[in-house]
Amino acid sequence: MAVDAPATLPNSAAKVGAPRHHTLVFFALLLIMLVAPFVLYPVFLMKVMCFALFASALNLLLGFGGLLSFGHAAYFGIAAYVSAYTAKVWGLPPELAILLGTAAAAVLGLLIGALAIRRQGIYFAMVTLAFAQMVYFFSLQAPFTGGEDGIQAVPRGRLFGFIDLANDLTFYFVVLAIVTGGMLAIYRIIHSPFGQVLKAIRDNEPRSTSLGYKVDRYKLAVFVMSATLAGLAGAIKALVFQLASLTDVHWTMSGEVVLMTLLGGMGTIFGPLVGAAVIIGMQNYFASFGAWVTVLQGMIFVISVLLFREGIVGVISRWIKKPL
Amino acid sequence: MSTAAAKDDIILSAQGLTKRFAGFVAVNGVDLAVRRGSIHALIGPNGAGKTTCFNLLTKFLQPSAGAIRFNGRDITSLSPAAIARLGVIRSFQISAVFPRLTVLENVRIALQRRRGDSFDFWRSEKVLSAFDEDALRRVDEVGLADYAAAEAGDLSYGRKRALEIATTLALEPELMLLDEPMAGMGQEDVARISALIRRISANRTILMVEHNLSVVADLSDRITVLARGEVLAEGTYEEVSGDARVIEAYIGAGHE
Repeated sequence: MAVDAPATLPNSAAKVGAPRHHTLVFFALLLIMLVAPFVLYPVFLMKVMCFALFASALNLLLGFGGLLSFGHAAYFGIAAYVSAYTAKVWGLPPELAILLGTAAAAVLGLLIGALAIRRQGIYFAMVTLAFAQMVYFFSLQAPFTGGEDGIQAVPRGRLFGFIDLANDLTFYFVVLAIVTGGMLAIYRIIHSPFGQVLKAIRDNEPRSTSLGYKVDRYKLAVFVMSATLAGLAGAIKALVFQLASLTDVHWTMSGEVVLMTLLGGMGTIFGPLVGAAVIIGMQNYFASFGAWVTVLQGMIFVISVLLFREGIVGVISRWIKKPL
Repeated sequence: MSTAAAKDDIILSAQGLTKRFAGFVAVNGVDLAVRRGSIHALIGPNGAGKTTCFNLLTKFLQPSAGAIRFNGRDITSLSPAAIARLGVIRSFQISAVFPRLTVLENVRIALQRRRGDSFDFWRSEKVLSAFDEDALRRVDEVGLADYAAAEAGDLSYGRKRALEIATTLALEPELMLLDEPMAGMGQEDVARISALIRRISANRTILMVEHNLSVVADLSDRITVLARGEVLAEGTYEEVSGDARVIEAYIGAGHE
């Protein structure tokens, strides 16, 4: 092949590295979250952060891997159970309880993922849902999950032996640090050589195969990463609320996290955070409306599908013509 | 293109290639031999089994019977990705670009194969900018330099095909399989892509399925005619176009 003089490279022909506005948004969010617990109830904010991480984990799989899992509650829930159990019954410190919970989700993700990625599209979603239902019934029957009662009064313990997490505000900043770490990890995965291949597979799987990429391995890898991060969110959540229960593994939890991701904007970096904040905010502040919250959620979902399919952040991203 | 010495140098061959779907036989005992350095065309009426043949040769479909050899090596049992790694790269009938990646990134994803597998999710994608210059040169070669930063999904149809060829070429394939490279193209694009294919055919072998017979006549060294899943005739354009069975198959199928 003749080597011609290369034409000049147009600026930003390849979307390489973190665009400056991403860094700006990131720091702005961090600043808000540093001030927020002095204005709003810290436990509510911790819940928002757990679900923001959970939704971001799903978004990694759905928005960047093109795989719709309808059973992500399994990883969130199993991690919650394991971290609650090890903290309460084994008396492990919080850092180990969270670690073990997350690891359990990773192993479960590897097992389910290895089977689920053999199917595509709606069948993939159905397989993930079916396995999540099995995890649900396992959680209902297994002796150590506490059945209908769940695992209650989980001690938060002392982080590294000296940081007392019983104080909500202390725990808040620990959760903020972990969730920030999780978000940065997701951001890096998306903007890595691996992430590039992932986006190619999302865009056109047969073409990726024809270029020599073993697509199943990439799909399994991202599935395990997503399950692991969902598990991290679940493990923290168990310690925040000092409770792991069937709600965490129920299919409605899987649906809710999909809803958060779609509402915020799938395939965007910041969408799942917004989606989680909106849904959890509604559940919290409209709690007095009882069952009507679910109706309201449904209506918001219908409106978002009809009017702004790209989600809240997706629409903003289109307005300012920059990926968010 | 084939010299006398290379006349019997077969790069890709198939013996008794057969694909049975429930209830019918799409490809039935096809023998095929593609000479190194040639442009070989696979033609035939609609439903003749050309694309199925392509899918079998690249293992996107599992053959029911038969053997495929590449450079003398039996590749019948390999996976599609493994065949691609040997240097057999295919294109698709519908344009196969990555719509949400930029034009440059499309080509770069092929160049990225040079670093082997990319499971390094902890590293910044900045390491990929080492491929940017090469990618841009290749984008420029197919006349898309002005669109390097555009999302591939926004390109016109003809430009998508050009990008697809640039992406395939980035892997420096020994053998390129092009599935209807001219499908759905305007006359102007046909001339452009035709010239591009001729240019890239130096040093490599091309097997293509194509409906546009003037393109086939113009480009190919050798032609295999398929009808109802079987080889009807093989030879140069002059030979097959004069073949009574070929004429009957085309007219009988109501083609053109």
